[in-house]
Amino acid sequence: MQWVNAIVQGMVTGGFYALFACGLSLLFGVMGIINLAHGDLAIIAAYVAITLVPATHLPMVWGFVVVVPIFAVGGYVLQRTLLQASLDRSPFTTLLVTFGLSVIIENVLLEVFSANGQSISIGTLITNSFALNNVITISWFSLTVLGVAVAVLGALQLFLSRSRTGRLIRAVADDREAAQLSGANYRHLFGVAAAIAFATVALAGLSYGMLTEFAPTSGVTTLLFAFEAVVIGGIGSLWGTLVGGIVLGVAQQLGAQINPAYQILAGNLVFLAVLAVRPRGLFGLRTA
Amino acid sequence: MALLQLDAVGKRFGQVVVAENVSLTVEAGALVGVVGPNGAGKTTLFGIVSGDVRPDKGRVLFDGRVVNRLGAAARCRLGIGRTYQVPRPFGGMTVYENVLLAAQHGAGLRGRDSLDRAADALERAQLVAVANRPAETLGLLQRKRLEMARALATRPRLLLLDEVAGGLTDPEVAELTGIVQSVQAEGVAIVWIEHVVRALVACVDRLVCLAGGGIVADGEAHAVLADPAVREVYLGADIETPTVGSEAPA
Repeated sequence: MQWVNAIVQGMVTGGFYALFACGLSLLFGVMGIINLAHGDLAIIAAYVAITLVPATHLPMVWGFVVVVPIFAVGGYVLQRTLLQASLDRSPFTTLLVTFGLSVIIENVLLEVFSANGQSISIGTLITNSFALNNVITISWFSLTVLGVAVAVLGALQLFLSRSRTGRLIRAVADDREAAQLSGANYRHLFGVAAAIAFATVALAGLSYGMLTEFAPTSGVTTLLFAFEAVVIGGIGSLWGTLVGGIVLGVAQQLGAQINPAYQILAGNLVFLAVLAVRPRGLFGLRTA
Repeated sequence: MALLQLDAVGKRFGQVVVAENVSLTVEAGALVGVVGPNGAGKTTLFGIVSGDVRPDKGRVLFDGRVVNRLGAAARCRLGIGRTYQVPRPFGGMTVYENVLLAAQHGAGLRGRDSLDRAADALERAQLVAVANRPAETLGLLQRKRLEMARALATRPRLLLLDEVAGGLTDPEVAELTGIVQSVQAEGVAIVWIEHVVRALVACVDRLVCLAGGGIVADGEAHAVLADPAVREVYLGADIETPTVGSEAPA
């Protein structure tokens, strides 16, 4: 039963990884940007919440309402300025620029908030749970995060496949020059995609801050997990990202079941195994 | 007033001059052919008109308005449609989605109107039978048709066709020529670059010969092909001279 519990807990954690990874997947899928500052942006979201929300005297859970729109707007602006300018030079430039961004963010956060760990306190919401039996207990909050991840990925999938704008974003992702001949202003659409990606980063960052303690340097580890989720699932597949997140979460929990020190190692081993056996990921059908 | 007017347009990429003092007008509803050897600057000229290429000098006017500063997407919405020499469909989408996209965003249509426009473009390009296939599964002829259907769906007033007949067999060329003529019959102005000169001569009102980034000759098709300057440009090159006795179109 301990093993079943590890799998269940892993799946729940995987939802969080998937939520984290979908913004990364979107930025890469649409613009070809590998956002190395992804994890740090999520940490910023958590810091923004603990800075702004207390001033409103609302419960911290309202952080989502406050921070997600700010991030969406910020994502659009950052894409139209810094990221577009670096994309215009070359895809490699975006790698350097987002890496630089990551370093800057980390150091500014250290300067402003110190290296002490903090967390977003939402009271009993985080400890509430229900028991399936005497071994398996599931946290309501983690389950909600999994639900949100599924909902976000589903909505995104629907948006991209069915809506007017979503279809145009796919066209731009495929061939931005040819898309212009169908009336697509790709710079604006890249901005829209970035806004969506940043909104999901904010969701993930806040959930992270509520689930666990965070510090200015926490971004790096979370980025690694998000990356692994995307690659395991297959680049360019949103449902793949969800599965990738869950596979990673389950692998980590199973590793921890064998020996708590093996948690991260087990995740990395599965990641390497997927790379070796199926380099395109579980659901990656075509190369980009 | 001319629909399209190029005013002393110049463009160079480094040391290579691709357009030198090019002035050209296209009247509404006209069908103009463009010929010239490889590297003459034909495709660059299309780029300058469609907005992919920014000229260094001169003005581009569409419908009396200077459009130099407009991007390709904005010009598409103004009514400049274009096809690529090598078709560039959105491979992961169906043929229908490809065309619908152009109707919705290029022509700015919504709801029912966009569906009608897309269906109409598919019918014009004879792609209805493959409408639900992924575009990447199409063969060359159908890709070329899709390229044309997409451009038509944007509701252009000026259509730039880049080598739609290249790589096709004679009956296929005839089929595409038929589509081009039916589009012109609706009042759409067409500028058509083609290596298969025979296809052009059969239907254009006017032929322009480009070489070295400049216009060598401009006028009635047979007169242009008979022009000594044009002959010189093509000397030893791959021009397909129409056989004696081929008739000028009505």
